[in-house]
Amino acid sequence: MADSTIAIILRIILGGAVLAALLVFSIGTAVAVATQGQGLGILSVADWLAIRFTLWQACISAGLSVGIAIPVARALARQSFIGRQGLITLLGAPFILPVIVGVLGLLAVFGRAGWISDFLTWAGFARLSIYGPPGVILAHVFFNLPLATRFLLQGWAAVPAERFRVVHSLAASPWAYFRLIEWPLLRTVLPGAFLLIFLLCLTSFAVALAVGGGPKGTTIELAIYQAFRLDFDLSKAASLAVVQFSLCGGVAVLAFLVPLPQTDGLGLDRLPQRFDAYGHRTADCIWIFCATAFLVMPLSAILFRGVGHIHNLPHQVIVASLTSLLIALTSTIVCIAMALSLALTFACRGIAARNLAEGVGILGLATSPLVVGTGLFLMIFPFAQPMIFAVPITASVNAMMALPFALRVLMPAVREIYTDYLHLRCSLNMTQWVWLSRIVLPRLRRPLGFAAGLAVALSMGDLGVIALFSDPDLQTLPLMLYRLMGAYRMDQAAGVAVVLVAQSLVLFWIFDRGGRGYVGSK
Amino acid sequence: MTTTAVAETPVLTILTYDSFVSDWGPGPAVEAAFEATCGCDLRMVGAGDGAALLARLKLEGSRSDADVILGLDTNLMVAAADTGLFAPISITANYAVPGGWADPYFAPFDWGYFAFVKNAELETPTNFRALADSDLKIVIQDPRSSTPGLGLLMWVKAAYGVDAADVWTDLADNIVTVTAGWSEAYGMFLEGEADLVLSYTTSPAYHLIAEGDASKSFAVFDEGHYMQIEVAGKLASSDQSALADQFLQFMVSDVFQSIIPTTNWMFPAVTPAAGLPEGFPKALSAKQSLIFSPTEAAALRNVALVEWQTALSQ
Repeated sequence: MADSTIAIILRIILGGAVLAALLVFSIGTAVAVATQGQGLGILSVADWLAIRFTLWQACISAGLSVGIAIPVARALARQSFIGRQGLITLLGAPFILPVIVGVLGLLAVFGRAGWISDFLTWAGFARLSIYGPPGVILAHVFFNLPLATRFLLQGWAAVPAERFRVVHSLAASPWAYFRLIEWPLLRTVLPGAFLLIFLLCLTSFAVALAVGGGPKGTTIELAIYQAFRLDFDLSKAASLAVVQFSLCGGVAVLAFLVPLPQTDGLGLDRLPQRFDAYGHRTADCIWIFCATAFLVMPLSAILFRGVGHIHNLPHQVIVASLTSLLIALTSTIVCIAMALSLALTFACRGIAARNLAEGVGILGLATSPLVVGTGLFLMIFPFAQPMIFAVPITASVNAMMALPFALRVLMPAVREIYTDYLHLRCSLNMTQWVWLSRIVLPRLRRPLGFAAGLAVALSMGDLGVIALFSDPDLQTLPLMLYRLMGAYRMDQAAGVAVVLVAQSLVLFWIFDRGGRGYVGSK
Repeated sequence: MTTTAVAETPVLTILTYDSFVSDWGPGPAVEAAFEATCGCDLRMVGAGDGAALLARLKLEGSRSDADVILGLDTNLMVAAADTGLFAPISITANYAVPGGWADPYFAPFDWGYFAFVKNAELETPTNFRALADSDLKIVIQDPRSSTPGLGLLMWVKAAYGVDAADVWTDLADNIVTVTAGWSEAYGMFLEGEADLVLSYTTSPAYHLIAEGDASKSFAVFDEGHYMQIEVAGKLASSDQSALADQFLQFMVSDVFQSIIPTTNWMFPAVTPAAGLPEGFPKALSAKQSLIFSPTEAAALRNVALVEWQTALSQ
């Protein structure tokens, strides 16, 4: 190894410090919460019903998302058409779309005063009502169907083009086709996709807050928030947080046994020639059309309604926008610093390191923002007013939430650099500086840009911990949007949604582009 | 010069509910009127709906930088006083609040009756049982964050006692959604998201007087209407104690009380010298008015809340 002993030690200390910080954030806050909780006896019937609802809706949402993703992904894998690549890119959008904006869009289309209800009334039927369980599931499918579709598409893309050719030349029946090609690929991708989406729905907060419609649509995260902000019942919040932590931990252990799909979403452009495309054209077109409409309609509804109202937004929108920017940039720096330290420390350390990275990723996914928030609140409360720390706390929790995704993008890239160039470094006896500045960073620039783009967009759209810690004077764009919805100023809410989406996309674009630009100019 | 003047001006912080400080609420007029006499800067902060104020106060404890809390009601008074965060006050006024007023910590600023507001032409049931049997859609507020939401729990409890849980079970399928605050619920009703919204008997007067629109009315319930008396109190941790007292006395003065009817759309706690505006509804008879004493309400709150949550979780 070309590293000096000191450099190695420094790196291990750094990586270790990041790991320690992560453990304090996830397990530490959970312990703080557990010591305040008064066991499960304090939970009421309604709390148990909320726990049951959380599991039930996560199951249905994940099942529907994955189930509908199968025909959609199959159609996208089988057909080639103009705009296919653009559509696949669009499927990545809901992942970085602020949840509250998506919800506002869904209300505009599927709500009681929405487009579909208007049509139904015109046709003589009753209006839709999406508040409650249907709304929660609808929103979860809206956000996760595209994610599931992308996972499955990666599964399809991993099937060698020759296999399609062989099966086609043997004139295989549809059943044989399914048995020989699709079932094996689905079997490897589906469990991981289901578990990941199940986990995302398990920790859902903003959706239930906005369209839960009361006790019938309350998730555990929302119940924690309510115990906290409405009842100021810290021990109940703590008991609920313990339940949430155990459930997520349980699913995380399961997820550790099942390979999770890659979340980086790069490299989807390969399209094997599919000889069976023509025969399925109609059905595939219908699936693609419906899925696209389902994704595009709510977003266009908001954009159309919001663009006209940007000019008469309350002036607080500027402060909110800057606050969001501050939180998002801070959390991105923290997130990328953590991910990079972990990746550089552990990438070249073989199977154990890979497990560690996987473990950290799953820990991040399984950690509920509201549990962390509750834990931090309880830790700070005896000494100071926790509200003053709203901005740093939100930034750090957001960094932690984005870490699994950043790590999944960075870790393979770093590992690849070590595999490909370490011998070069040894033979040229490069110094640490030359190695990092000339070899590692230029090659990491693209994944770094993408990871930072994800982190910044996820943090921009966050409405979780900030809701727990906010006071009337402090608001981020998502919080302002939620408050405007609360005052039922839907036009202004739509205006803020446009600002929020624009700000998120521009930041994502700057980071992602910044990463690519350098490589392109070489 | 300006900087010195600002630095010397004392700031009085009032924590209140959102609709009070909104552009069309009493906030702007109250602020202007009080600042004209107090030589201070009145800062009004909206923190959600009424019941959320209490939770927020518990969250901040004695570290709160608020001086006055305005917008709790009699259903929350005992819980609020039990926090030990309020200081005793001595405010005197010729209250027009039904049943009179005497409390060491809180002074009333307005009152009203809860009612379901509807479009005037809509034929509505005349009690909760009939409402539950109908297909009508209603929007209500969360009793944990909103004082109307809590008032509704008390209303059903006052009208049905031990059968309240049954009534809630039957009502569950009529409820479109439970909102965090009054503003959101009322906004949803105005946009046509529900047939009825939990508000006040005085709400239709807003449409009539402010907008010249007579299309709204409220559903008269034969089991009576629960009353709300909204109150304010002074925090013991306030560093502007004298100014806070001055504000509370101002709150029951003619200036403040004349602002209430056509901005907060409630009955003023002290009848203004000029009387109530033309078109403002009359008070209901004593027989039609339901209310628990603050102690009764405090004792009932948790039971009623569990009944409500359980019925609506199914």
